[in-house]
Amino acid sequence: MSAPSEERTTAAAPDTSAGPRAPVRRRRRRLRTMTTRDRIVVALLLGIPLLLDLAFVWFPAIGTVLLSFTKWNGVGSLHSKTCVPNMPSILNNGCWFGVQNYHQAATLDPSFWPAVRHNVIWLAVFVVIATPLGMLFAVLLDRGLRGTRIYQSLLFLPVMLSLALIGIIWEFVYSQNYGLINTVIGRNGNSNAIDWLGDPHLNLWAVLVEATWRQAGYVMVLYLAGLKAVDPTLREAALMDGANPWQTFWRVVFPVMRPINIVIMVVTVIESLRAFDLVYITNKGINGLELLSVLVTSNIVGETQRVGFGSALGVVLLVISLVPISIFLYQTFRREEAP
Amino acid sequence: MSDVESTGSAAPDSTTASGPLSASRRNLLKGVAGAAGLAAAGGLLTACGGGGSSDKKGGGSSGKSVAGSTVTFGSNYSDPSAKAAFAALTSGATTSTKVKVKINTVDHNTFQDNITSYLQGTPDDLFTWFAGYRMQYFAAQGLAQQIDDVWDKIGANFSPAAKKLSTGLDGHQYLVPIYNYPWVVFYNKSEFAKRNYSVPTTWDEYIALAKKMKSDGLIPFAFADKDGWPALGTFDILNMRINGYDYHIKLMKHEVPWTDQGVHTVFQHWAELMPYLQTGANGRVWQDAAKALEQKQAGMMFQGTNQVAAQYVTDKADLDDLDFFTFPAINPQWGQDYMDAPTDGFMLSKKAKNTDAAKAILEYIGTGPAESAYLKTDQWDVGLVKGLQVPTYNAIQKKSVTEIGKCKAVAQFMDRDSDPAMADAMIKICQSFIEDPSTSNIAKLQQSAEKQAKAIYS
Amino acid sequence: MSTEALARPAAPSAARSGGPGSKPKAWGQVASQAFLIIASVLWVLPILFALYVAVRPYSDTRKYGYVSMPHHITFDNFRDAWTQSDMLHFFWNSVLITVPAVVIVLVLASGVAFVLTRVNVRVNVALLIVFTAGNLLPQQVIITPLYRIYLKIHLPGFLSHSGLMYNSIFGLVVINVAFQMGFCVFVLSNYMRSIPGEMYEAALVDGASLWTRFWRLTVPLCRPALAALATLLTTWIYNDFFWAITLMSSGDKRPVTSALANLQGQFVSNQNMIAAAAMIAAIPTLVVYLCLQRQFIAGLSLGSSKG
Repeated sequence: MSAPSEERTTAAAPDTSAGPRAPVRRRRRRLRTMTTRDRIVVALLLGIPLLLDLAFVWFPAIGTVLLSFTKWNGVGSLHSKTCVPNMPSILNNGCWFGVQNYHQAATLDPSFWPAVRHNVIWLAVFVVIATPLGMLFAVLLDRGLRGTRIYQSLLFLPVMLSLALIGIIWEFVYSQNYGLINTVIGRNGNSNAIDWLGDPHLNLWAVLVEATWRQAGYVMVLYLAGLKAVDPTLREAALMDGANPWQTFWRVVFPVMRPINIVIMVVTVIESLRAFDLVYITNKGINGLELLSVLVTSNIVGETQRVGFGSALGVVLLVISLVPISIFLYQTFRREEAP
Repeated sequence: MSDVESTGSAAPDSTTASGPLSASRRNLLKGVAGAAGLAAAGGLLTACGGGGSSDKKGGGSSGKSVAGSTVTFGSNYSDPSAKAAFAALTSGATTSTKVKVKINTVDHNTFQDNITSYLQGTPDDLFTWFAGYRMQYFAAQGLAQQIDDVWDKIGANFSPAAKKLSTGLDGHQYLVPIYNYPWVVFYNKSEFAKRNYSVPTTWDEYIALAKKMKSDGLIPFAFADKDGWPALGTFDILNMRINGYDYHIKLMKHEVPWTDQGVHTVFQHWAELMPYLQTGANGRVWQDAAKALEQKQAGMMFQGTNQVAAQYVTDKADLDDLDFFTFPAINPQWGQDYMDAPTDGFMLSKKAKNTDAAKAILEYIGTGPAESAYLKTDQWDVGLVKGLQVPTYNAIQKKSVTEIGKCKAVAQFMDRDSDPAMADAMIKICQSFIEDPSTSNIAKLQQSAEKQAKAIYS
Repeated sequence: MSTEALARPAAPSAARSGGPGSKPKAWGQVASQAFLIIASVLWVLPILFALYVAVRPYSDTRKYGYVSMPHHITFDNFRDAWTQSDMLHFFWNSVLITVPAVVIVLVLASGVAFVLTRVNVRVNVALLIVFTAGNLLPQQVIITPLYRIYLKIHLPGFLSHSGLMYNSIFGLVVINVAFQMGFCVFVLSNYMRSIPGEMYEAALVDGASLWTRFWRLTVPLCRPALAALATLLTTWIYNDFFWAITLMSSGDKRPVTSALANLQGQFVSNQNMIAAAAMIAAIPTLVVYLCLQRQFIAGLSLGSSKG
């Protein structure tokens, strides 16, 4: 759950010491001139966390890719023989399956394409509704109206809550026979109740409302931080030229915030790919609430495990995620090379 | 008591239990490790690998050598009432065998979801589980220990059907049953009396009654399927009524394709029932459907006694008013000969630390007094010991015993009779069906079920 | 710069201009105010509604539904939820997971950030990318092998009741540390870059070793960032749901947030108790929110400002 975004590198701490060279270089000590003790310290400070990260994040990520080519139910060991076709699955276990998992996902599993579709819808709603809404809140709050602190606190409150909690809270709003919505609009009888969370045509949108409720506050705060860092002189100049607030924002502020805009978009995409908790707590991700993340989980947390198949779905998720991740990394670290 | 001729998931067939899978689960990516031993030949397989060496700890033990030790018991009886009954059972076990029992209760569904990792990790000595293919599947993976020696002692207490339920694919016993309960149609006696309804015994009467209820302003059938599994019961009973027991069991093991005409007929009957089932089922948990029955908003509900009667007690509704009848006959060839009556029981994990004491506990559990101890506070399940008369049985339980006894054969419920992955697939298919019970959708769903079954079963 | 984001008071921003054209501005202001008021009310409504359900007894809502005038107001649901579900135990589990995880992550991440910004290791940027990207992956991508790994690693008894990394508090701490590391490294390295170089030169002149430069010099200067990150991490790790439900099977070892899922099953007949339990579970985050909102937001801004 990272929210890294970026702002243009403003001037680093003023470097009063004379020197045409970039301050950064002067501060770096070359490894060669360090004492042995120092070198050990470096090794430990860097090595232990690196080891942790590699062992528990990257090694599993690669493992997912490898496992996706096997068929395994989690019991017994893996071996490198190829699975024998047309044999009962109890015997065909822990074997090499080639790309069959992917093939099955795409052609056989009735949840795969709905899950992909739902992920796309989730992403679209975030990009088109949740994030712009958050940006709108930020812009309005930035105007410094009275009561800004209260508005900000209230709009931001959902971000503090766990997504599982959000799912539970909203179940009271959406309950068929007793909930807030159905009672208020008078559709809570036994025959005319709207089944917000059970109707596969409706429930994804119902859950997306919950997700937007939270995401908007999140984006709002990020954007607000960026807005506050915009050079005030730009705005004053625009106002002196007679621009109204609307024009000031779109013509002057928005373009200047381009780096932040990009990063917020990337964060939005990543957050939408991570959607899991809400759907899982609502109905474990079935019947209209399928998502790739839930499909992965239900294939390993469950009575029967289909480790290979679940891994294949994980790889699909990984490949999709790599796109925004790469954009973010490129965006962020491009500046590293050009200090 | 009941001569429950239950056939769990029938005789071992060509899927052999594989001993090598129970061999060490280390060597994650190392070589073949006994894969060559996976005999594809059919027939019984006497246990190789871990299974045969049950004499590691000297077979079934008497109580004296294990007194004072502690056995851990993993339990998914997380509902307060089930928890209390289970505690009564274990304290009775302690009194009888002098073995202390430490219970580890996990939420009901969580326990089932995590069973594979639980059994491979550090499981308790004993654990609660279900009979049927669901048990055989895990036994075949080498995750449970044989308890033939326990059954040598308790076998006389049970009917052959009960023993068969507890037998794995390799012919050895792995489970000691504790109770079972029937799936039947519930109704409130006072409502039926008030409105002059009579209990239907044929399909046509059933539909006619539903129609009458609807015109009287009642919901004919309370119905909920948010969890996915309740609807499987409807499929099961319709299948057994229309196509018979053998067909049903064959379908569960994918010896009959899901695209078969018989399956189509089942769905068609279900579609006939749909207008009378409570709407919005996919968003409703069964507890809320039971509440509709309690509050007399609904006329009938088809579910297990374990659930509906329990809910009546939890909600402090009028249990005396509750009654049930067996699902009506559809095909005169089969009448009302079959039903789902799932059995719960206990198993011994492969990695048990205190096997002797655990077996002593199991020996106790497989007796009349033990079942009575459990059922004393349980107002809806019934025991399996032959001739068991528990004095605390209420009307529902007494009737359950009779009704189960009348059956020629009893199934375990779809999610215990078929491969768990297949049950999962059927859960989704039934939910789709509930959304759209049209004929074209039925054909589509059958195709999907068959495709998935092929992938799962081979 | 990043420190400015922390120190910036909540003063009206420069967007409020005293420019001409008051009429269109007033219109805009009124519209904005109205919009914000409506949005805020809508935003807080679900939480208030759940709270309302939680303070009403089950008999009330069963008869009249959730949307009805209260006939009784009671705190019994809270008391029952607390005692019947053993919530104290779950809270303690959360503490056992969150506190060590936050401390360890911050210590390790500051070490890495220091090395990557102050020591010229040739692959600095590459390592930074490795760390950052690790945090951006969805959790589900790594769960399948991680789950198997956890089942294989044996731990001594004092670290884990189950003897394995699976189903142990230690295991949850480790994965949270590994997973959150990237973000903290990223933020802290940005922050450390802003520390002026003269300080280090002065220290070097005094003969300070690398460790001293790190522990005595850098870390104290990073206190604002560390405080902000601590706030963020506490909330995130406390709110974590996924790791707990996949890597922890024992109901009684689970932290509060995932235990709620169990409670949903346990109290399915009494939704008011679930509402009460949910409210109780939300209290720590609300406390953080009320007391440390500034730090929290500063932490997010830190992640968003680079300089």
